[in-house]
Amino acid sequence: MGAYLTRRLTYTILILLAASLLIFSLYAMTPGDFITGNIKLSPERKAELRELYGLNKPLLERYLTWMNQAFHGNFGYSLDKQQPVLTLFNQYIWNSFLLAIVSTFLTWIIAVIIGVIAAYRQYSWFDTLVMIFIFAAMSIPSFFIGLFLIKILAVDWKWLPPGGMLTTGSNATGIAYIREVVQHMTLPVIVMTLLGVGSLTRYFRSNMIDVIKQDYIRTARAKGLSERRVLFTHALRNALLPAITLVGFELPALFGGSLIIERIFNWPGIGQLYMQSFTVRDYPLLMGFTMFIAVLTVIGTLLSDILYHAADPRVKL
Amino acid sequence: MGLIEEPAGQIAGGAIEFEGENLLELSRNHLRAIRGNEISMIFQEPMSSLNPVLTIGEQLAEPLMIHRKLGRKAAQQRALELITEVGISRPEQIIRAYPHELSGGMLQRIMIAIAISCEPKLLIADEPTTALDVTIQAQILDMLRSFREDRGMSILLITHDLGVVAEMADYVIVMYSGKVVEEGGVVELFEHPRHPYTQGLLRSKPVMNQRQKALYSIPGYVPNPLELTASCYFHDRCEHCMDICRERQPPLRELDNGQKTACWLYEKEAAVHV
Repeated sequence: MGAYLTRRLTYTILILLAASLLIFSLYAMTPGDFITGNIKLSPERKAELRELYGLNKPLLERYLTWMNQAFHGNFGYSLDKQQPVLTLFNQYIWNSFLLAIVSTFLTWIIAVIIGVIAAYRQYSWFDTLVMIFIFAAMSIPSFFIGLFLIKILAVDWKWLPPGGMLTTGSNATGIAYIREVVQHMTLPVIVMTLLGVGSLTRYFRSNMIDVIKQDYIRTARAKGLSERRVLFTHALRNALLPAITLVGFELPALFGGSLIIERIFNWPGIGQLYMQSFTVRDYPLLMGFTMFIAVLTVIGTLLSDILYHAADPRVKL
Repeated sequence: MGLIEEPAGQIAGGAIEFEGENLLELSRNHLRAIRGNEISMIFQEPMSSLNPVLTIGEQLAEPLMIHRKLGRKAAQQRALELITEVGISRPEQIIRAYPHELSGGMLQRIMIAIAISCEPKLLIADEPTTALDVTIQAQILDMLRSFREDRGMSILLITHDLGVVAEMADYVIVMYSGKVVEEGGVVELFEHPRHPYTQGLLRSKPVMNQRQKALYSIPGYVPNPLELTASCYFHDRCEHCMDICRERQPPLRELDNGQKTACWLYEKEAAVHV
């Protein structure tokens, strides 16, 4: 285990170095920068600003400066917002995380329960209905479901607010604040859950179908165990094992925000910030964010490997 | 035991009687209370018959906790005893082990320990030694036999291995393509096989101290179950095949020595005694 971890950590560092180089080259070598887009500036002022931001220095030097700062925990300074990148992340990411954690949690719970029942009653009317619903939910684009639900639930029936995180001009605190946020997040969470639950249900259903055909499930039944115990103790544990790989991929998704959903529901998350920064080519922020996602991805994979070891006694690290 | 789900497995007709009750008429819950408790079963492949993510101890304790209502501690204690009873040393270590850490023979012993844990009246053993090598096979059979004698437990052994039959069985039922073709006490059946299929089977096993170039084998193949017609299922491989064998299925009839067979060759002999 110890030797494994050291080896994995070495790989992790190498992968992240490669990723940083790639990310930096992509953004730095794209034509144009933060200053090019601003038509109000005179050429002299542009040159002055480039000098100030260090944009006229050679690429390698800029990369090394960036990396050097990153090692000291400083991911640069957003040119557009005029704030440190990490401060901005801290402001926006938790909003995205809130949406993501709730919808991921719901998605997994619903997918496991429906997947298990659908597999257990394969080809029954319930299974067929679930499959039809899943295909429908997977085929309809997110912006359509989003706008459709806003139209029905928010505009026509006025049950839920159509967007934002708080009512405009609200200065609620305490319980009232929490209530307001919950109300505002309901719609985006519904849409995100609807979009995610389809593929995951199918995944659990097919895993479960494979597992319940195994000999050890027959043994469990032959022991006289109740169906509930057969399914949830003997079958589900085996069916969940391959899903551990997915847990690793969920980690970046939890913090990565969602470009489309946050845009539709005007949610002040990191996805929105990213889109805004893109239009003004705020490269320090973009690089910082991409690097952050890369770090999370690598940690997520490492985490899922370690989880695998914990969950499956056959896996030796 | 109702372990095969419909529609893959269906019981076409008849009755399965156990202690005067027809198992087919029992409710699901009642049947569940019998499974693993009064009737238990061991299977062909011990390697795949145990759950890979649960410890041996957990799997062994389960039926005890359900049928015997033992607490976790007591069940673990009993599990330790059972592991010793099936001839495995270091039970404290085994109880915490996972199935992949044990060998096939040990796993089959564990399966037997699970099966006998609630002192069943009937143990169904479905080719219990097929996946094991000959030495282990003998040990497992010895163990089954001693449990049968010590605990007054009946064994329903399903096998294609006539050596195992001769060693273990009191009463033998020979089946071909899903139909009973012959049944009788083990000694009579081995000495006077009546049905041509049984005769063929016995001829095709090696005999000690006899050098033979090639072993006898019954010509032809087992018929495809989808293409079966109203005939004796064995007719196209039978050396005594008659016209009637192609047209009608022979009924199972009792012969004078108590043996039963389903073959038109014995129809007259049997008819005299009816």
